[in-house]
Amino acid sequence: MMDDVILKVEAITKTFPGVKALDDVSFDIRRGEVHALVGENGAGKSTLMKALAGLHKPDSGQIVYQGVPTEVAGPLDARQKGILLIHQELSLSPELSVAENIYLGAWPTNRFGVLKKRELRRNASAALEALGCGFGPDVRVGTLSVAMQQMVEIARAEAFSANVVIFDEPTASLTDTEKDQLFHTIRGLKARGVGIVYISHKMDEIFDITDRITVLRDGQVQGTVETGETDLNHVTRMMIGRTLDSFFVKAKPEFGAEVLRVDGLSKHGHFRNVSFSVREGEVLGLYGLVGAGRSEVVETIFGVRKADDGKLFWKGSEIDLPTPRQSIDMGMALVPESRKEQGLVLMMGGRENTSLPHLRLFSELSLMNRTKELATFEKYRSALSIKTTGPDQAVSQLSGGNQQKFVLAKWLCADPKLIILDEPTRGIDVGSKSAIHKLIAELAEQGLAVIVISSEMPEVLGVSHRVLAMSEGAVVAAFEEGNMSEENLIDAVSHHQGEAAAA
Amino acid sequence: MSVVTDNRAGSPLSGLLRLLLRNHIWVFLALTVIVFSLSSPYFLTVNNIGNILTQGAFIGILAIGMTMVMIDGEIDLSVGAILALASALAIGLQDHMGVWPAVFLGLMSGAALGFLNGTLVALSGMHSFIVTLGGLIGIRGLVFVYSGENALMVPDFSYTEIPEIYLGPISLTAMLFFALAFFFQWVLSSTRHGRETYAVGDNIEAAHDAGINVKRHKIINFTICGTLAAVCGILLSMRLGTAEPNAGKIWELWTIIAVVLGGTRLQGGFGSMWMTIGGVLTLAVLRNGLRLLNTPNYVELMVMGGVLVLALVLDKLLNHKGDT
Ligand SMILES: Nc1ncnc2c1ncn2[C@@H]1O[C@H](COP(=O)(O)OP(=O)(O)OP(=O)(O)O)[C@@H](O)[C@H]1O
Ligand SMILES: [Mg+2]
Repeated sequence: MMDDVILKVEAITKTFPGVKALDDVSFDIRRGEVHALVGENGAGKSTLMKALAGLHKPDSGQIVYQGVPTEVAGPLDARQKGILLIHQELSLSPELSVAENIYLGAWPTNRFGVLKKRELRRNASAALEALGCGFGPDVRVGTLSVAMQQMVEIARAEAFSANVVIFDEPTASLTDTEKDQLFHTIRGLKARGVGIVYISHKMDEIFDITDRITVLRDGQVQGTVETGETDLNHVTRMMIGRTLDSFFVKAKPEFGAEVLRVDGLSKHGHFRNVSFSVREGEVLGLYGLVGAGRSEVVETIFGVRKADDGKLFWKGSEIDLPTPRQSIDMGMALVPESRKEQGLVLMMGGRENTSLPHLRLFSELSLMNRTKELATFEKYRSALSIKTTGPDQAVSQLSGGNQQKFVLAKWLCADPKLIILDEPTRGIDVGSKSAIHKLIAELAEQGLAVIVISSEMPEVLGVSHRVLAMSEGAVVAAFEEGNMSEENLIDAVSHHQGEAAAA
Repeated sequence: MSVVTDNRAGSPLSGLLRLLLRNHIWVFLALTVIVFSLSSPYFLTVNNIGNILTQGAFIGILAIGMTMVMIDGEIDLSVGAILALASALAIGLQDHMGVWPAVFLGLMSGAALGFLNGTLVALSGMHSFIVTLGGLIGIRGLVFVYSGENALMVPDFSYTEIPEIYLGPISLTAMLFFALAFFFQWVLSSTRHGRETYAVGDNIEAAHDAGINVKRHKIINFTICGTLAAVCGILLSMRLGTAEPNAGKIWELWTIIAVVLGGTRLQGGFGSMWMTIGGVLTLAVLRNGLRLLNTPNYVELMVMGGVLVLALVLDKLLNHKGDT
């Protein structure tokens, strides 16, 4: 079976100041397999893949590609050799066209550097067609949806006839249908003999699409197993050193006064006639598929968007739709879905980022109280097991998931009356997910009202006292303790038949 | 970014409207031309148009280089000083080596300083604003040292006749501006270097991850910008027959204003020479028109400032409505 191996990593080590990101890592990718790479946030997955794609130079060790020890000189070299990385953050130029992005940096030119535009278009069209993309090569990439932009990156696999394609958390912001399409595409690549690496924190996806699983922990390989011969418990034990508590901790159902009531909120083209309320100590879940309008609703309540119609009641009295500033002052906190763009000062450390939005809490007579700041930082670092070398390591150097944890920490410590969490565990490893669930329960027991948006059914059922199901911009059903179940939720959002259950 | 698409599209009329809005500077230019034609009988004469084009061409040539640098997401504040140095060298060295070698060395000084700017920006990781601010002061100082704080006179006045070639009312300087603008528009739209310029300014990480040599790329664009500044300085020395140590003072600001007025974005990734031509002409028309109307200097400056702010607000309103 040796000649099946297309790429082999042998004893790669990579050190960053203060961290050994990769420690003597070896693994291999076979032709026509989907190979999962899993591990906690900061385990070294992205670093390993960047080493393959020529973005990091390993300190030691070698890459054997198609049987030959190979030096990957840089990202372009990697692509031309047929190794393609599809980044955790999409790596495209929004102002350039689809065709120009597919061949970014490797445009066909003549000797004098003049573009061969026709060839560029033709080749790009061919690549897009091979994938069955529904858009042409001339569209500006900035106008495409996230899923389509991802297809543009995948089209590079066709364009460069890639032998190895690496997906780093590709489904983080895809809808279910888009995910199915992606899996279809991956299976197509696989059938053609491409070796695929698949990085994800979503275990159901791992077990759905991969053939083998390699587990990384603190930069070391814990082992490689056949997907068919293992189970979730085994893999999580390899990842985090213990099995996962499979039960959720729900806050004690002791509710106080109503904090927020929404009455008939509508916004043309986005959502219509949304009504609900949430009380002190209560966790309200908003379930729905990506694109159901849940984020739009909470963004409107928070004041990021404007509504066409509807009323808002804060602690029993009617208020005008607030601006975000007013919302924060009233005691509302919103942890947005796209945390990358809206959250962190990348050059600052975790300590400063955590205290940034609520400097008032951390200062006396406008002098910062460092001890308190540090204590908060430490509290969340251990509660969410954030992997950082210290309170002042610039967050730009943290792994994707660890950056996200800081955004959460930042809003959790704000001491609000109502906190809205939009997909709080996206991109977060399985071990830390339950830590976040526990935090949600704690917050509610302290008397906060909590709204949790999630596309993951076990999560939304596990943490909420009540769940609203949304579909295509409308609340189609509401569930309480008695009738909250996976079947009912699926029913509600897939057939819109929930109206009967809605109180 | 949201996936919400905007549904204003549809009728061909609104399509045309949006095309105009995206190139709002040409609408603006047309408006200013109409206003001045109505308020001054001298404005819309062949002679005056020729004047406007020649006057505009100087800032225009600087603006071409500035556009390249600005699409990269950088800025070059030293163009005015480079212009002064090139013009001083082109005149000052004539006594020692003759006209054309002096002109050539003037040109090379611009290329070298642009190269230096680019290298410092690329290698130090400092922002180009700081690097070229240093250039602005340092190079100007060099000019004063070289010229001994006096204007240098050209030894043989036939030098001033070199650019006196006309095509109808259009001077050689203006022709050169348009030729360079068209050439660099072609570079932007049809060469690898041009695509790299957009890619680097738009998303530098994606460009880097795609294997584009970002550093070398930026050095090339700063070199282009410096060279064009020298071209402008030499043309100016030919036109005036002297090289003032203060020549081109605050021209870098007019240049940036022209480019931004055209619609090229300061943060990079977006812009074109068409836009810059529009911005340069609008600026030239405004200055010329206001002078024809005998507007006092301070009013002129106020109007220009107002126009710039207005253009930026318009651009923001019209083109960035969707994004928050
Ligand atoms: N440029 C860098 N400078 C310093 N440290 C870095 C750098 N890039 C990564 N690291 C560190 O290397 C470790 C591994 O990070 P990596 O991004 O590979 O994790 P990951 O497994 O991809 O995690 P996630 O699931 O959160 O994406 C982390 O501790 C991170 O802080
Ligand atoms: Mg990662």
